[in-house]
Amino acid sequence: MARFGSNKFKITKRELQSILDALKRKGFKTIGPTVSKDAIVYEEIDSLNDLPIGIGDEQEAGSYRLKKRTDATLFGFASSPHSWKQFLFPAQEKIFSIHQPTEKTSPPLIDPSVRQDPPLAFIGVRSCDLQAIAIQNRVFLEGPYSHAGYKSKAKGLFILAVNCAYPSATCFCSSMGTGPRAKSGFDLLVTEILNGQKEPFYLIEAGSSQGEEIIAQIEKTDATEEDLKKEKDVIQNAEKQIHRRIETQGIKELFYNNLQHPRWEEIAQRCLSCANCTFVCPTCFCSTLIDIPKKAQEIERWMVWDSCFTLNFTHTPAGSVRKSVLSRYRQWMTHKLASWIDQFGISGCVGCGRCITWCPVGIDITEEAEIIRKTSPVKTPS
Amino acid sequence: MVMKKLAVWKFTSCDGCQLSLLDLEDELLEIDKNFVISYFLEASSRSPDPPFDISLVEGSITTEEAKRKIIEIRNHSSILITIGACATAGGIQALRNFASLQTAKERVYPQPELINVLPTSLPISQYVQVDYELQGCPINKQQLLSVLYSFLFGFRPSLNSGSVCMECKMRGTPCVMVSSKTLCLGPVTHAGCGAICPSFGRGCYGCYGPKETPNSPSLSRWAKEKLSIESTVLKQAFHTFNCIADGFKRFDEED
Repeated sequence: MARFGSNKFKITKRELQSILDALKRKGFKTIGPTVSKDAIVYEEIDSLNDLPIGIGDEQEAGSYRLKKRTDATLFGFASSPHSWKQFLFPAQEKIFSIHQPTEKTSPPLIDPSVRQDPPLAFIGVRSCDLQAIAIQNRVFLEGPYSHAGYKSKAKGLFILAVNCAYPSATCFCSSMGTGPRAKSGFDLLVTEILNGQKEPFYLIEAGSSQGEEIIAQIEKTDATEEDLKKEKDVIQNAEKQIHRRIETQGIKELFYNNLQHPRWEEIAQRCLSCANCTFVCPTCFCSTLIDIPKKAQEIERWMVWDSCFTLNFTHTPAGSVRKSVLSRYRQWMTHKLASWIDQFGISGCVGCGRCITWCPVGIDITEEAEIIRKTSPVKTPS
Repeated sequence: MVMKKLAVWKFTSCDGCQLSLLDLEDELLEIDKNFVISYFLEASSRSPDPPFDISLVEGSITTEEAKRKIIEIRNHSSILITIGACATAGGIQALRNFASLQTAKERVYPQPELINVLPTSLPISQYVQVDYELQGCPINKQQLLSVLYSFLFGFRPSLNSGSVCMECKMRGTPCVMVSSKTLCLGPVTHAGCGAICPSFGRGCYGCYGPKETPNSPSLSRWAKEKLSIESTVLKQAFHTFNCIADGFKRFDEED
């Protein structure tokens, strides 16, 4: 990676559109942020006009509002109710279907659901989400068992990242060491700079040879010292806007030592076990397989998202192992912040704040982690 | 594969759920190849011919006669599946369980003394053992189809008893409660409809009834404190098709 990133260029919005056009010419399906109803979501985009131009957001625990900005930024907002995982690890995916031929003596025909989807290009991925993609890559691609569907989609993936300039009140990436500056995992990285004008300009750098190829094709000028200072200011301002945090020092021990903490009961009084936090989380990876009979001679097997907040998730012949909501919330948070580290060598939380904003009753993982730390009977060094 | 013998029964209800069987227009011929529809008054005047492999039961129990009949049906059925909010949770007619029967009769009928009913409308499971319950007002016809074929194949149907939120998130609908302060019962409501209402920007009406381990008091507290929803509005939201179901009946009380 060292050979990339040293060359930064200044480009206009028009050149950003040329990049989008170049990706489309190469056969990529371009996916980016766009306004749909009352939120900014990720969908297929054709041009920069599909982006939320001059639209920002205000987020708090259990609350999300779009707001008009006074400028014409393309990336003037924070996390979305969507995450990029829905494109690499779809919420519902057919694995195969089985048909019984009409001649009963013939064996059933298995029709694997192999689809040749076009390669994906993600436009506007933030640092927290780059880390989330890296975490899911580890889960789905490494080790003895890889996920074939994920693998085929992740292999050809092109990422145009954006340095996050407008974190929301629920963001806490800086304390998780995942942002706001993007460091790796992208093909191209863009910083949107307003410079007191309505129309922003962009600094761009490559993170891969594929990114370099694209940059080579567009009109650009070398970034000046002054441009680089402005870029630094954007990141520093973003950091200043992040007020929530999770103290990660000794966090594994903190949670392992507090499985019986009375706070879990208080959270369970509020928790709806609705699974929203797990579905908006960009790293939660659980799924289940369901068989859906379509006809008397045809069954389809689907992989669908599942959540540790359901009873079925731990269903055994003796019933559900985690009957109480307490045990389900504790499992989710302890896995995310502690046992994930044992399992994958890294935290399962990237600090994007989605679980806080999209919890229908505003349960705040940073607040809960802090309360448990402050009232832990066993002191963890911080 | 052996043909399964099917019967469709109706108690106190609007017929909408059993009609969803007829609404499976594209699949009807296929269904007919695999099931003997032994009794189904909406489709044929044929008399019942017990025993049955599967009985689909619509409607709630509101009369003495119905109490006797449901026991008889149970005795003649290998599998008994309730279809819809009335059979599964007592239906909207169970609103009268909260009031005096006499008052209700007088408000509705010119000659209330002719109405011979029980003081309550109760779900089928209050009287007999139920094998599967399909939620909804009305039920999801694709879910019904999938359940019927599951029995043909001899495996357990896949029914998600988690929240409607799971279905909203799976289809990519941003939460209407979080993004527009719309009261939505999705977080406490049983999945199965495919989260139709929020996809049109409306809150979930809870017509599929309570999900597993619903926490309605927490949702009610949030609705009152943060969404400025008044108590009467909240009561009207919870007390509809599943008004007497555990989890919706006492939606506003702490345990």
